[in-house]
Amino acid sequence: MKEHLKESVKIISGNSVAAWAARYARVQVISAYPITPQTTIVEKLSDFVDSEGWDCQYMRVESEHSVMAFLIGASFAGTRTFSATSGQGLFYMNEMLHWAAPSRLPIVLTVANRGVAPGWNIWADHQDVIASRDTGWLILFASSHQDIFDTIIQAYRIAEDPRVYLPIMVCLEGFQLSHTIEPVYFPDQSLVDEFLLDLPKNGWPHTFLDPNRPITFGSLQIPGGKVATPSSMYFEFRASIEKAMLNARTVIKEAAQDFKKIFGRDTGDLIQKYKCDDAEAVIVCAGNMARQAIAAVDKLRSEGLNVGAVKLRSYKPFPIQEFQELANNGVKGFGVLERNMAFSLNGGAASVDLKSAFYDMEPSPYVVPFIGGVGGRDITMDDQCNILKRVLNVIKNKERNVKVEYINFHGRFE
Amino acid sequence: MGGLNKMSFKKIAKEAPKEYFLPGNSACAGCGLELSLRWALKALGQKTIMVAPASCTNVIVGLYPKGAPAIPFTNMAFAAGCSSASGIRTGLQARGINDVTVVCWSGDGGAFDIGLQSASGAAERNDDILYICYDNEAYMNTGTQRSGGTPYGAWTTTTPEGKRQHKKDLAGIFASHNIPYVATASVGYPIDLYNKVKKAKNIKGFKFIHIFAPCPPGWRFETENMIKVAKNAVASGIWVLFEIEHGKKTLSAPSEKYRDKSKRIPLKEYLQLQGRFSKMTDKEINELQRWIDNYWEHLEKELACFG
Amino acid sequence: MEKNKYKPWRSIPDDIRFEDLPTCPLAISDKGSIGNTGEWRTFRPVINKEKCTKCMTCWTYCPEGVIYEDNDELFIDYTYCKGCLICYSECPVNAIEKVREEI
Repeated sequence: MKEHLKESVKIISGNSVAAWAARYARVQVISAYPITPQTTIVEKLSDFVDSEGWDCQYMRVESEHSVMAFLIGASFAGTRTFSATSGQGLFYMNEMLHWAAPSRLPIVLTVANRGVAPGWNIWADHQDVIASRDTGWLILFASSHQDIFDTIIQAYRIAEDPRVYLPIMVCLEGFQLSHTIEPVYFPDQSLVDEFLLDLPKNGWPHTFLDPNRPITFGSLQIPGGKVATPSSMYFEFRASIEKAMLNARTVIKEAAQDFKKIFGRDTGDLIQKYKCDDAEAVIVCAGNMARQAIAAVDKLRSEGLNVGAVKLRSYKPFPIQEFQELANNGVKGFGVLERNMAFSLNGGAASVDLKSAFYDMEPSPYVVPFIGGVGGRDITMDDQCNILKRVLNVIKNKERNVKVEYINFHGRFE
Repeated sequence: MGGLNKMSFKKIAKEAPKEYFLPGNSACAGCGLELSLRWALKALGQKTIMVAPASCTNVIVGLYPKGAPAIPFTNMAFAAGCSSASGIRTGLQARGINDVTVVCWSGDGGAFDIGLQSASGAAERNDDILYICYDNEAYMNTGTQRSGGTPYGAWTTTTPEGKRQHKKDLAGIFASHNIPYVATASVGYPIDLYNKVKKAKNIKGFKFIHIFAPCPPGWRFETENMIKVAKNAVASGIWVLFEIEHGKKTLSAPSEKYRDKSKRIPLKEYLQLQGRFSKMTDKEINELQRWIDNYWEHLEKELACFG
Repeated sequence: MEKNKYKPWRSIPDDIRFEDLPTCPLAISDKGSIGNTGEWRTFRPVINKEKCTKCMTCWTYCPEGVIYEDNDELFIDYTYCKGCLICYSECPVNAIEKVREEI
């Protein structure tokens, strides 16, 4: 007897939202390993299974590497899977992240982002997800508690689309989103059932473990050269991940549109824009800093400045066309505020990717890199206002070769 | 235990004629691993799903678009063998499929060293998988580097003067997890291997079978001697065939014969067929003998506990 | 359960292109997964049918599984026999000879 969750409003932590989203999505297999700040996700899930009788296979494994290996096995056997990790755990499972994407398994992993050790840091930091950016996984950022629910539900829709079949990481900030509490609206189960794709009855169509259809998966792929042979298609199979990721652009947009139709909420697709139509300078953030940026934009707008905010929702696939469109519509400067350091590249990872998205544009917009909030350090609305003012200055003075600025950094970085 | 092994080759050829590991694959000529896989698959049958973490197995299955296994078979990352097998089992359970055996087929490198964590975790949870380690006593796929399963004194590329440490007691490690079934087997006794895999298949919970599989290129001997080397290992007492069912240890018939030390062949006779032991000094051979004697001493005490 | 809806290997052409790739490289079980391994041999094992007692020792110990029984006679599939000579070594009645392969 399938359970049917009713519509409700819960005043709830971000981690609990993630657990509820997995339940709404009718996840079939979960593997769990604790790590701050995602621990309460797997704890809540174990409550659902043990204490509330939720029909889901829940396995407590002995390391994060095993978490992902376990989900790869379970997904390969044809089930909907879910797990959660953070920081060090994401690094430990890195080998298996690289295994999941070429295996084309639609796994959803919630990452409560935290800082890199040594120097134990359990607070909001995006270095962990940045270190996983070329694994072939799709990467989506949630910026509020409601957004966590919406993004995880959409993630299943995107990952299981036959044009995609790639695993997805849904990121939420450690402690700032995972442990804070807000009211969140939960829909009736029937809407989620309508929105999500039906699970194929006999395992995934493209990859399966079925004694009636014996296959060997993952054997050697030799290099090859100028002549194509079936056993030397490594390059081509890797390129098919790229193809799927480009398809994901369309699928993410479709999923967001359908979501709005069914649930009535606009989550944005690859990006979400706030007052960008007549903006001259725009602040680009991922995660909850994007939500705070709305207040910064409103404050500066009330002072007469034409500014806007862009929530970077999808990091992979990177919204190249969406940002180019903003630049073509009149946005002259983009201040990118990030919680990560892409070493030696004069900024964080998204600022570098944004510059490369604008490289061939004439004139090329101004990209002003900012790094802040690293290791959970506070970034205030006023900091974001200052960032926008700085970007406006850069535009006014036509500054090029702008050096990255560290926000709330104690000392001078030469 | 005697009765099971009285099956003749003729009888078993009638009982299990089908080949599940198809010929024309990329295994070396005379490969011990291939023979063990051939017999294990005969015992497991069609309703099997096999996961093989990084090992020689991954490269003996041939090239896409063909594969040698006649059952669903997947390669897996090195340390992820047992956890992915547990995942497959759980996924099948979620789909209500309960009549398929899930096997993790690992080499000694994956079982003794890098994969030990995931195996221990799966054993502790008593996940319903069959974990088989074929032991060619080194990382053979990468060209014979030492592993935790390499015996004392053996030459490998990373122990050119002979390994200084003794072999890990892997069966003992798994026995201490209180799993329902632990067994050792050898390709020199394929019927015994076949029976043990068959028995394990019908038990629910985590099962472990450790198979002795000589490797002609890695151990440096002529391919035609592969079975002789495997049998000599049992005859010298360095490899013991036993089963541990729910904690109770019993010797298998081939090793029962060699319980009496006077019936065993001298250790040197086992070592001299293999080039990897050719540089061993008498002192080292005595050390290896001491280890074997020590092992049997403990084994006898254990067997005495169970009457 | 549904039957084969995935691309069987026989329809994968030798000069396969990116556009025709399946989503996942699922290899299909077949003999000769690396080719005709009979070409590896230096010596070929030959069964002397008169001496052979059909005890099936060679069949048991053959790693490749290329020895088969047909009509109360034992045969070796020379397309795939790799010439390891375990059968030659283990035959209890010395019914198998090793013969050098000619080039």
